[in-house]
Parts: sequence; structure tokens; C-alpha cells
Amino acid sequence: MDGMSFSEFGSVLIMQGFNGLSVFSVLLLMALGLAIIFGQMGVINMAHGEFLTIGAYTTYLLSVLSTQYAPWFENYYFIAAIIVGFGVAFVIGWLVEWLMIRHLYKRPLDSLLATWGLSLIMQQTFRSTFGPKEVSATLPSWLMGSYQPKEGIDIPLNGLFVMALTLALTCAVAALMYYSRWGLKVRATVQNRAMAGAVGIDTAKVDRMTFALGCGIAGVAGAAFTTIGSTGPTAGSLYIVDTFLVVVFGGAQSLLGTIASAFSIAQTNSTLEFFMTGSMAKVITLTTIIGILLLRPEGLFRLRVRK
Amino acid sequence: MTITPSTPKNALPWWRAQLPLLVMSAVILVALPLALDLFRLNLVGKYLTYAFVAVGLVLCWGYGGILSLGQGVFFGLGGYAMAMFLKLEASDPESTKIQSTPGIPDFMDWNQITALPALWEPFHSLTFTLFAIVAVPGFLAFIIGLAMFKRRVGGVYFSIMTQAIAAILSILIIGQQGYTGGVNGITDLKTMLGWDIRTDSAKYILYYVNAGLLIAAVLLGQWLLKSKFGKLLLALRDKEERVRFSGYDVAAFKIFIFTLAAMLSAVGGAMFTLQVGFMSPSFVGIVPSIEMVIFTAVGGRLSLVGAVYGSLLVNFGKSYFSESFPELWLFLMGGLFIAVVMLFPNGLAGLTDSWREWQARRRARDLPRPTGAAPAPTAGDDTPPPSNLRAEGGAA
Repeated sequence: MDGMSFSEFGSVLIMQGFNGLSVFSVLLLMALGLAIIFGQMGVINMAHGEFLTIGAYTTYLLSVLSTQYAPWFENYYFIAAIIVGFGVAFVIGWLVEWLMIRHLYKRPLDSLLATWGLSLIMQQTFRSTFGPKEVSATLPSWLMGSYQPKEGIDIPLNGLFVMALTLALTCAVAALMYYSRWGLKVRATVQNRAMAGAVGIDTAKVDRMTFALGCGIAGVAGAAFTTIGSTGPTAGSLYIVDTFLVVVFGGAQSLLGTIASAFSIAQTNSTLEFFMTGSMAKVITLTTIIGILLLRPEGLFRLRVRK
Repeated sequence: MTITPSTPKNALPWWRAQLPLLVMSAVILVALPLALDLFRLNLVGKYLTYAFVAVGLVLCWGYGGILSLGQGVFFGLGGYAMAMFLKLEASDPESTKIQSTPGIPDFMDWNQITALPALWEPFHSLTFTLFAIVAVPGFLAFIIGLAMFKRRVGGVYFSIMTQAIAAILSILIIGQQGYTGGVNGITDLKTMLGWDIRTDSAKYILYYVNAGLLIAAVLLGQWLLKSKFGKLLLALRDKEERVRFSGYDVAAFKIFIFTLAAMLSAVGGAMFTLQVGFMSPSFVGIVPSIEMVIFTAVGGRLSLVGAVYGSLLVNFGKSYFSESFPELWLFLMGGLFIAVVMLFPNGLAGLTDSWREWQARRRARDLPRPTGAAPAPTAGDDTPPPSNLRAEGGAA
């Protein structure tokens, strides 16, 4: 670090930390949906990344449409995109559960393979519809630019926005899971399906809603994703392994664990990236996670013993 | 000779019981070499190297209930070990004298590496290489298995972890270009102890060596499954707790079968390098690893012979469709994943079994019987999976 003053070094550290926070937000957004589907229901959805892509392409479509037909809407389309992205992903998730997932609850390994097949089909659908090239939505003007609290520190607004969205969504999911009647039903179904059914909970309906909700959240994550990166047919699948590791590392049934693990993984990765190439940083981060999981298979936070 | 459904299998003469294997051997040893030109036969040879992975997966996934999504790691390690030896032989100081450092592989020279890395040094020896091809992946699988199965991690967690390992290895290989050849892999392999592997005769010989090893692998698998070990494997897949309470060390069995599957994959990888002439990270990562699972699933996860056919069919389909209708291929592949899981979970082998059963029932119906036979089961939509598949979740 020769030739770099202490305050400059501090600025770099802050910005690197902020970088980590952005990655953390995206990871957490992805992982939230998966934490519900995988953590609560125990279903492996390898196509989860593609639901993120659905949200991203929905945002792109809305952006193109509003630029072309309703320029006055251009500044607000993004809010609509979040809602529409959620809706589209929710409906498709609902259909997927009904057609496919519900037949495979007793065969988790097979649901893994089937949803992988689904992800291939969805990727090719994106490619045939939107072309193989990456596209990006035009950002509304209020998301461009950056915030400069001090000389040398440059915090992009879109990053801040993603963080705020992540925070809001996390709170919403937590409230839904732990303080709503519906969340109560979900948790009851997860803990004891037969008993939940006996007290009058329609467990099949709860399953379908839970799966669809997890997919909808991935759709919102996709909308957020467009503000910091461009969207290609395989954009979602790039994140899928990381996301699964986040959920497993956090302890599959703990929302708090998911947050903590997304944070530690993102910070480790972006801090390491400062010292070495991106690929080596990723290798070391992933290897560390695997190493820790080998020593402590239940993850960071344990709610109940995993068998 | 009349066959009734009640005839136990072991009452058949050995050649009837082994008919599927005999037919398979005849197909790959005689029919395909006669029917195909050398270029296509070389392709078949390449597909048959994947069959090693598929045979390993039948043992560890179909019978052991352990779904590894990281078999590409072991395939790749075996292939890379072979490629390192061949590359060192191809980069003798004489043929690399235009490099700034002669005697090291060309990609190292391009990446400003001036001395052979220590990791490469032992691969000058063929004996060491042959040992490493089996030992390195075997050891890695042993360590992974030891850490996971001793702590009773299984089911989908194991699958996700192995998938992550596949991701790590492929990122590592691509990132460390100077040591591994990066995304292009190790290319331009020429000779093995002076024997040119690119000639027509060498290709024929390698094809037959590969086919012979594959048949040996299937025989080994059959022998294992027929032994007491095979029975225990099946038992621990379906009722792990009960096997444990009977006093067996469940983890040891799982570690063994996972390690064996890894070693088989590695042999396939080494044969791949020899026949195709290069090795690259595109055979290591997540996508190839999960594709290898689909070869097994299509052939029938409970059939060693089926795994071979599965590898051949899916790969023929892949090369045909991705050449002629590239748009369609991913739809087909995806549909195949879904169909094989939801409609015919026992794959091709399962279909032939239900066909045979259906015929037997029809024959039984033709005989005078007090009550009509039940309609033949179809491998259709919502029929519950065969009982031998249902217990998978038990390990999760």
C-alpha cells in the first residue's frame, strides 16, 4: 500500500465494504426465496435462478414499453416492475408446483433433477424470446448517480436502493413467517404435516402458496438485479450454487442464519477480491464454506437437528 | 421352456441371466465397430468414457441412494492426470525450442511461467500417472465421504455440497491458467511413451481398451451388487437407521461406494483424454456433472447395463440435435430430465422390465384362470414410483 495515505486507504476500505454489502443484498434477495422453498419446505428448486431471470426480463420489458409508449411513466416504471415481477414469478411458480413439484415431495433428489430440467427449458425459452445477448433496462433518473459523503468516497445510488429493497423485503418475509396467520400455517405444516392437516390446515394449498411466494420473491430479486447488472438468459443460474450454499451455510431453517451467512460470504468474497483475482477469491470463499460445513454440517444457526 | 412370472431369476442358466450384458458387449465390441467409420467410432468411444461415470452412479446413486452432482470432478481429475503426462511428453525441449523456456508446456510459456511447477514434476512418470489417475480422485472422494457420511450428512445436502465442489474445481482450473491451461484445457497431446495416439490404429486399440475396461467395470459392479455388500447397500438406501441399529457401520459402506464410483469416473476421464486428445474444464463443472446423472437416469438408475445405453443414447441425441436443431436441444434435454423423473423413474431398463412383465401377464391371462388378470401397469403419469425409489428422502 505504498504511496497511499491513511485516509485514502480508509476510503478504499469503505467502498470495498460497500461493494460487499451490494453483493450481500443480491445474495440475500436470492436466498430469501430459497430459504422459504428449501429451508421451510425442503424442496430443492434448481430453477430458482430462472425465476430471478423472469423478474429481470419483466423489468426490462416494462422499461422498453414505458420508453416507447409512455415516456411520462419512465421515472416510475421501476416500482411497477417490482410488483409485476413478483406477480409473474408468483403465477409461474404456482403452476410449476401444481404440475411438477407436488408429485415429488417424497423424492427430494428427483425434484432436484426435474427442476434442473425445468431450468434448462426456461433458459432456452429466454434465449429464444429475448435473444442470447444480454439486455439492460434503462434506469430511472433517480437511481443514477452517486452519493458522496466525503472526498474519495463514492457510493452509487442504485446500490443503496437495492440495499433498502433487500431490507424491506427481509422484514416483510420475517413478518409474514413469524407474525401472520399464514406463516403460522406454514410453520405448522413444516413441523408436522399430518397434525397440521388434522387441525384443518389445507397443507396442499399451503405448500403451493409457499412455493409460489418463494418464486415471487425471486422475481423481486430479479427486478432489483437489473439496477446493478445486465440480464442474459443464464443470469440466474450463475447465482444458484452460491445461493444454495448461503441457505445451507446459514442453517436451513433459520432466517437469521440465512442473513448472517449471506453477509459473511459476501464480505469474505469482496474483501478477498481486494487482494487477489476474482476467481481465486471465489475459490477460497467457497472452499472455506465447504470446509466449515464439513466440520459443522448443521450450518451457522441450528433450529433442529438435521438428519 | 416356459417362463412364468413366478420363475425366480437365479433359476435361469447363466447365459440367460447375463443376456443383457452379452448383448451390450456384442454391440460395443462387434456391431458398432463394424457399422461405423473411424470418426464415428471415436465418438462412440468418447461417449463410452462417460458410461464409466454412469456405471459408478448406478452403484452409488441407484443402489446407495447417494446422489453426487460432482462426478465431473473425478472424471476431470482422472482426465487431467492423463493429460499432464501426455502434455509433458509432447513438450520435450526439442519440439518446444522456440519458446522462451523450452521443455515446459506451451500454455505455461504463454503465461510467463519459467519453470515446471512442482505439481507437474511427478507426471513425467507413466507409473505415477496411472497410479494418480485412480488414487487422487479416490482419495478426494474418501475425504469428502469421510467428512460427510460420518456426520450423517446425506440426501440433498450431499448433492449440493458435491455440486459446490464441482464449481470450485472448474473455477480454479479456469483461473489458474498458467498451471492448468485455463479455459482451453490441456491440448495438443501427441504420444504416449512414443506411441502416437492420433493414428487410426491407435484409435482402434484405444477404443477396444476402453470397451474392455467398461465391461470389466460392469462386471465388477454386478459382482458387488450380488455379494452381501450389495444387499446391505440396498438395505441402507431404504432403511438406513435399521441397518445402523443392526450393528453395521453405515458410513463405511457409503464411503466405500462413493470412492469406488469416483475411481470409475476417473478411469473414464483418463480414457477420454487418450481417445479425444485433450482435456478441458468444460468436463469438470456443474453442467457436465449433472448431465452425467441424466445418462444414468435415462438408462435406468438400477441397471448397470442400462447406464451404458443411456450414455450412448443421450450423447447421440445431443450431438444430433445440437448440430441440426440447436434451439431444440435444451428443450429436449430439459424435457428429458423432467420425463425421466416423473414418468419413468427407472429409465429404459425400467421400461423393458415393465414390458416383460406386461407380456408375462398377458401370457398368464391367456391361460384359463378363475379371475381376470389386472390391467397391465403403465409407466404412466401419476402412478406412484416403484417402492425401491421411495426411500431416497430417508437420508435427507
